[in-house]
Amino acid sequence: MHNLLKLENITMQFGGVVAVNNLSLEVNEGEIVSLIGPNGAGKTTAFNVVTGVYEPTNGCVSFEGKAIVESYPRGKMRKTYAGENRGAYHKRIVKTPDKITKLGIARTFQNIRLFKSMTVLENVLVAMHMRRKSNLFTATFMLNRKEEKEMRRKATELLDKVGLLDVKDELATSLPYGKQRRLEIARALATEPKLLLLDEPAAGMNPQETDELTAFIREIRDEFGLTIFMIEHHMNLVMDISDRIYVIDFGKLIASGVPAEIQNNEVVIKAYLGVSEDE
Amino acid sequence: MKSKTIFKAIDIVLLLAAFGVAIAVDLVMPVGLPATVLKKGAVFAVVAVSMNLLNGFTGLFSLGQAGFMLLGAYTYAIFSIPLEARASVYYMQDHVAGFLNVVELPVVVAMIAAGAVAAIFAFLIGLPVLRLKSDYLAIATLGFAEIVGAFAKWEMLGPITNAPNPLVNYPKFSKVTTYFVAAGICIAIIALLVRSTYGRAFKAIRDDEIAAEAMGINLAKHKMISFVTSSFFAGVGGAMLAMFQSKAQANSFNTALTYEILLIVVIGGIGSLSGSVIASFLYIACSEWWLRFLDTPDVIPGLTRNGFRLVVFSAVIMVIVLFFRRGLMGDKEFSTERLVKGSKQFVKDIQDRKARKAKEVN
Ligand SMILES: Nc1ncnc2c1ncn2[C@@H]1O[C@H](COP(=O)(O)OP(=O)(O)OP(=O)(O)O)[C@@H](O)[C@H]1O
Ligand SMILES: [Mg+2]
Repeated sequence: MHNLLKLENITMQFGGVVAVNNLSLEVNEGEIVSLIGPNGAGKTTAFNVVTGVYEPTNGCVSFEGKAIVESYPRGKMRKTYAGENRGAYHKRIVKTPDKITKLGIARTFQNIRLFKSMTVLENVLVAMHMRRKSNLFTATFMLNRKEEKEMRRKATELLDKVGLLDVKDELATSLPYGKQRRLEIARALATEPKLLLLDEPAAGMNPQETDELTAFIREIRDEFGLTIFMIEHHMNLVMDISDRIYVIDFGKLIASGVPAEIQNNEVVIKAYLGVSEDE
Repeated sequence: MKSKTIFKAIDIVLLLAAFGVAIAVDLVMPVGLPATVLKKGAVFAVVAVSMNLLNGFTGLFSLGQAGFMLLGAYTYAIFSIPLEARASVYYMQDHVAGFLNVVELPVVVAMIAAGAVAAIFAFLIGLPVLRLKSDYLAIATLGFAEIVGAFAKWEMLGPITNAPNPLVNYPKFSKVTTYFVAAGICIAIIALLVRSTYGRAFKAIRDDEIAAEAMGINLAKHKMISFVTSSFFAGVGGAMLAMFQSKAQANSFNTALTYEILLIVVIGGIGSLSGSVIASFLYIACSEWWLRFLDTPDVIPGLTRNGFRLVVFSAVIMVIVLFFRRGLMGDKEFSTERLVKGSKQFVKDIQDRKARKAKEVN
């Protein structure tokens, strides 16, 4: 197994707040890896760095062995940098999120971000736009009918797989919460990713829905040959599904290992697990 | 299923009927208010639809419409005035630019050139501005429109723009039908674009930029496509307005024109192309024709007088904008099916309400 995603010494500092501090981790091909930690630990921020939403203050992200994001403290940050590992990086590589998606990293959002004026099917079709072969001219003058038909066929097939076929013509935002989360996953899958980042996919779900989601995530991993990197608070889901787990607190890695190791890790229990059980 | 086909057929019949009206007016009453309203309405429809593409479908707020129209109007006029007529147009200038003595473009080519020049300027403005937050686009385009207006009036450019005198004597469409065909082609192209996969990408950007980008949509590129296309058709619309007005002069392409078009877009419904078209004709008909009587002093003695029409008109518009926030059409497109279903629903709502009231009384 070789690693698909690698974060090296990632620090993300907002003004004086160090949201992620010198974080290094790896996700291997075919794995399901979870990133856990208390609220405000910097999990979503780490995802935002990987997907190009934020340029990190320091560090490097590689995907399939190639550096896709890299930076070092520049400008005002040279004086105010409060993370570790200053001076280890000198190159700057920045990519907009769409470029990173095109490389094969798709994501869902913690606060669902569906296209609210569009139907379920259209939400998926938007995600297929990126891999189109038509251009502005052929698309406008309907010379791409074949491709459009193929897109619709694929989107319908995808919706069938995730169990949303019966609501394909409804407005995305009219769906119940659990289905909206599923649609976000379907939409991410439509970009044909190798790596899928899920930000709290079970948030707001009841235990039964959470169990269904667990099975669903395994299913899509196998069906699409995916690697999954997931942020989640539901411990049952995390312990059940993860091959490995990373735990962060105040932006720093405090533990990593297989579920059994994490469950029995004193530091983790103190920082996090004890607290979250009452949540 | 069957009723759907019937509704579709009625839609097509209605569309053909619109062209039928144009042909009828050309035959029966080629000069007069109806012809004027239909011509001007068609021109405004093109520009309103082009503005809606940007504001309504892509969520980018631009206020440069008048500037792009001016570029289109001047480009069209400069290149289409017949060579032999140029001396009489530019008689105030001691010399004219060299190319003016040789280049004369046919009408359609000059109209496309009008759009192209507007599109090129949009591209140049878009390069720096579209990367910034979207509020900057409104400011930048508003400034751009002012600058273009100033340049068009600048004496140094007189050998090209005939500043500060108007450009005249270029070929014009004489028939309502010709205006309708030209407008129809422009609007159809924009409608096709909106329905394509690119149109979906635009709407995605409007709904949620962050999610759109995460789905692999190149924001800068797609915003640019929308902005340049919108400006292209604003340029073509400008050329058509120049034809309608018989002279191209910078003063008539002012900020007030942009606001008029914005108003039409809002009245028709932001995100509804058919709404923009319907609103254009209603707006022009009200301002040019139906409210005319208010300008005649003795209709209501002491009240109606020259300019009163504009007061009433503004009030009507204020009411529409305040009480129909989403415009005539919201973000839906016109179709007979929707009209019929909508009215059935409306009747049903009223009956329901009556029934409820009757119950309450009992
Ligand atoms: N754009 C930003 N500007 C300033 N501070 C930010 C920004 N984004 C995140 N932060 C801060 O970074 C810290 C980490 O936030 P983040 O959203 O990554 O936490 P999280 O681990 O995802 O928490 P949760 O479990 O609540 O989702 C927080 O203190 C947050 O306020
Ligand atoms: Mg988070």
